[in-house]
Amino acid sequence: MAGQLDLAWEVRGRDFAGAGRASTSIKETLKGLGVQPSVVRRVAIVSYEAEMNIVMYADRGTMQLRVTPRVIRLEVDDAGPGIPDIEQAMQVGYSTATPEMREMGFGAGMGLPNMKRNSDRFDISSTVGRGTRLQIQVDQ
Amino acid sequence: MTGQPVPSMRFEPERCRGCTKCMRACPTEAIRVRRSLALRLEDRCIDCGDCIKAYPNGAMLPVTDSMTDLSRFDCKVAIPSPALFAQFDPELPLGALFAGLIGCGFDAVESLSPACDAVMAATEMFLSEHRGTRPVISSFCPTVVRLVQVKYPDLVEHLLPLEPPREISALAAKKRLALERGVAPERVGAVYLTPCSSKMVSVASPSGPEPSHLDATVSIAELYQPLSAAIAKARPPDVADSPGGETATGLSWAFLGGLPGTLPAEHSLSVSGVSNVIRIFDDIEKERLRHYDFVECHACPEGCVGGCLTVENPYVARAKTIRRIHLLGLAEAPDRAAIARRYRDGEFRLKARPSELPQRSLDPDISRAIVKMKQRDRLGAHLPGIDCGACGAPSCRAFAEDVVLGEAQMSSCPALWRRKIAKRARELASLASPRRTAKGEKP
Repeated sequence: MAGQLDLAWEVRGRDFAGAGRASTSIKETLKGLGVQPSVVRRVAIVSYEAEMNIVMYADRGTMQLRVTPRVIRLEVDDAGPGIPDIEQAMQVGYSTATPEMREMGFGAGMGLPNMKRNSDRFDISSTVGRGTRLQIQVDQ
Repeated sequence: MTGQPVPSMRFEPERCRGCTKCMRACPTEAIRVRRSLALRLEDRCIDCGDCIKAYPNGAMLPVTDSMTDLSRFDCKVAIPSPALFAQFDPELPLGALFAGLIGCGFDAVESLSPACDAVMAATEMFLSEHRGTRPVISSFCPTVVRLVQVKYPDLVEHLLPLEPPREISALAAKKRLALERGVAPERVGAVYLTPCSSKMVSVASPSGPEPSHLDATVSIAELYQPLSAAIAKARPPDVADSPGGETATGLSWAFLGGLPGTLPAEHSLSVSGVSNVIRIFDDIEKERLRHYDFVECHACPEGCVGGCLTVENPYVARAKTIRRIHLLGLAEAPDRAAIARRYRDGEFRLKARPSELPQRSLDPDISRAIVKMKQRDRLGAHLPGIDCGACGAPSCRAFAEDVVLGEAQMSSCPALWRRKIAKRARELASLASPRRTAKGEKP
């Protein structure tokens, strides 16, 4: 489709050195398209949290970005341990971060709630032992 | 006083050989080389001066005022950046340096230190009552402010909404001279002795709606020689070590880590150099640094002592400043009650936040921008990806973007035509080869 941009990034689990590249690239793309700064900011926060979730918990994952003149969609799939209790994971302050992750400034239990707060649509589904899928929409 | 921004540098085509040094040094990809001449893209330039540093005495030259430009004022007051003191031996009394400035033609000298103390204390006061987005980004370096406006417009609300010390000093100097010498304030020229070209831009076209209190800027590098001579010539017998009432905060203002000297270290960050500032801004955008209160940002490496209009090595300049602070036995002792009163009166507050000035996107219409981005990425896939700069763009990606925008042609990529020539050569070689015949046919 002409007025639609689809891009995808592979993210490797435990790759802390490369962590954040996909979300930086997503942000650059949106800025290059002239997306409103406040919208860029929300997508930047959401995509970074999503990317770090893959890096910290999963073995690998993909982030797919779709931009149309009206909406920005982000689909994040990972192969990893999955989330047993999504409702609990969505609570502010709930975290399963290890001491090392906390050392890096994560693990305040803000990730998923923060992503939801910054998106206009937020769907999460997960299968324990298989992985997690996020479908996020931010309206322009 | 917004309107057309004033460029911080002027380009002299006859000095340009199209060597691409300035283009490759530019942290915001704001330079192209077309027909062997450098070209500055105004909407991307943040006046950092990295192009000037990459090729001193090249074709990009800083725009500042000369001493003769200042003759329009009845009374000229010099406001030296503390980076000026850092160019000289710390044993040289500042009284001699001030006398040298008078010898160079200034009528008075105003120290920046009292304003630095006041603004630093006001920053602490602001941070203690600030409930908005964190971290707060220091707004004293005009290039940092411009970087936010152009490349990180969503971070404008993070900028510290206080006037920089140079503005506070300029206003104070004008009032003082009007009182002491009976000169009308508008006839007093407040001249900042600057370590970089971006201060000139902040004087001529400020980021906010208010005009600057400064009237001109003179380059420290240009002043260095005449000032050294004037100091030697003046040689006043009994000069004060610190006639302007220098303070540790004031002298440290010019180097990295000097600003948040009185803030709790675990809650602030100090960053210098545009590419490092960009990395920090990327993290702020992702809300990675919301646990920090304050980020001190300098566009020049090591702070103002690393400006493109200084002469001394920035690391040596820093050491000299620390030595001078030690020799003067300076300690922090600002009158906080008086500053708090001025803070509450709003004296330090910026009248308006700097506006968002996002750089030009691929197209003002987002559907067309999407189409152009796809074209750019398709073209980019054909390019070698080595960012050699021979085409006149700083990266293959920037080149592909220029092609899509109709500002460059694919044929400018030397790697592409080498590939084409190699292919033609193979074709010719195989045509000439006797083995290339139809199957079974004897040559």
